[in-house]
Amino acid sequence: MAQAKSSILERSADKAAALTPARMSRSIKGLSDRAVAWWFIAPTIILLLAINIFPLIWAVKLSFTNYKANRLNAVVKDVGLRNYERILTDPDIWLAMQATAHFVFWTIFLQTLIGFALAYLIDRKFRGHAFWTTIILIPMMLSPAVVGNFWRFLYQPQIGLFNYIVTFFTGAEPSSFQMLGSVDLAPWAIVIVDTWMWTPYVMLICLAGLRSIPDYIYEAAEVDRASNWRRFWSITLPMALPFIMLAVLFRGIENFKMFDMVTLLTGGGPGSTTEVASITLKREAFEKWRTGYSSAFAIILFVAVFGLANIYVKALNRVKQR
Amino acid sequence: MSQPGSTTNPSAGNKNCVDDARWPRLLRRGIMENLATLIIALGFIMLFQPFVMILYTYSFITLLVGTLMFIVVSKFPE
Repeated sequence: MAQAKSSILERSADKAAALTPARMSRSIKGLSDRAVAWWFIAPTIILLLAINIFPLIWAVKLSFTNYKANRLNAVVKDVGLRNYERILTDPDIWLAMQATAHFVFWTIFLQTLIGFALAYLIDRKFRGHAFWTTIILIPMMLSPAVVGNFWRFLYQPQIGLFNYIVTFFTGAEPSSFQMLGSVDLAPWAIVIVDTWMWTPYVMLICLAGLRSIPDYIYEAAEVDRASNWRRFWSITLPMALPFIMLAVLFRGIENFKMFDMVTLLTGGGPGSTTEVASITLKREAFEKWRTGYSSAFAIILFVAVFGLANIYVKALNRVKQR
Repeated sequence: MSQPGSTTNPSAGNKNCVDDARWPRLLRRGIMENLATLIIALGFIMLFQPFVMILYTYSFITLLVGTLMFIVVSKFPE
């Protein structure tokens, strides 16, 4: 029976082969499965090369020149490592790096802490938890442009709600402090807005981690009379850790590139206290038109983020293997 | 019947084992990856620290060496 079936199939294949035009048949016959697979993924690879790898290589090339994008006819000189040397000895760029580090560290710390706490609460499945999950997720769904403008009004010293809430708790005059105009408070104003907007995202990833923990592990812990505290430290946290780390990785990479929110809220001011690396980069590239110099700066930032992501992925794999 | 590309040939497996055994212990992936990670972490801290300018100046080369080393040593045998 099986033999008869296979002979029918073979005959059909022979018929199909006979009907295929000779030219097409010659070109298809030579292709292995691997070659066909390559043909399928080739468009994606070409697209990736064109929009990711080529600009990166081009930026590396430009970083060794004095190229200015607003002077297309000017002679482009090879300056060697001078752009890198200037960036790495410039105190203003060093300050921008520090502002970036402050912003990234505090936003990730607060977002992870609050995000995980919210996910832990939502995972309790209390009455109306679906409704509250939706409410908590709203800030994440808004456009950064909307959030930036919205918080600028909230931070207004005379009419802003934020100052009045602070007044309610501290008793200080609403107009006695300016969140966006003060050198000390402006970096924290941005941290607050980013935390407000992106904590739901961290919460969502942590919630997925918490929901993936099987119930039987908790049941076994209950049989062993483990306390709630012990269950949290020995089951919940270790099993949700890969998800928390993933959230930190995503937010870390994203916050290193933070531009829109800072531009809308403070524009890098007052002075240069909130001038994060991406704003400095944009000023060098599109206000001063030092394309070669800004390419070198972009490469430095890229290497920093790439190196950190490597360490992080290694740590993540280690946690997963445990 | 073995699939094309599968490594069922026992002699091929033994050859790999011999190659791995000949690989110097100090150049094993685990040790070298840890070293590269340490260099990257050091470069990262140097780049963003607010205390000493000279550390900031040499942060990029440290980061670059660590990252390139990580890419290379992650291909080493375990």
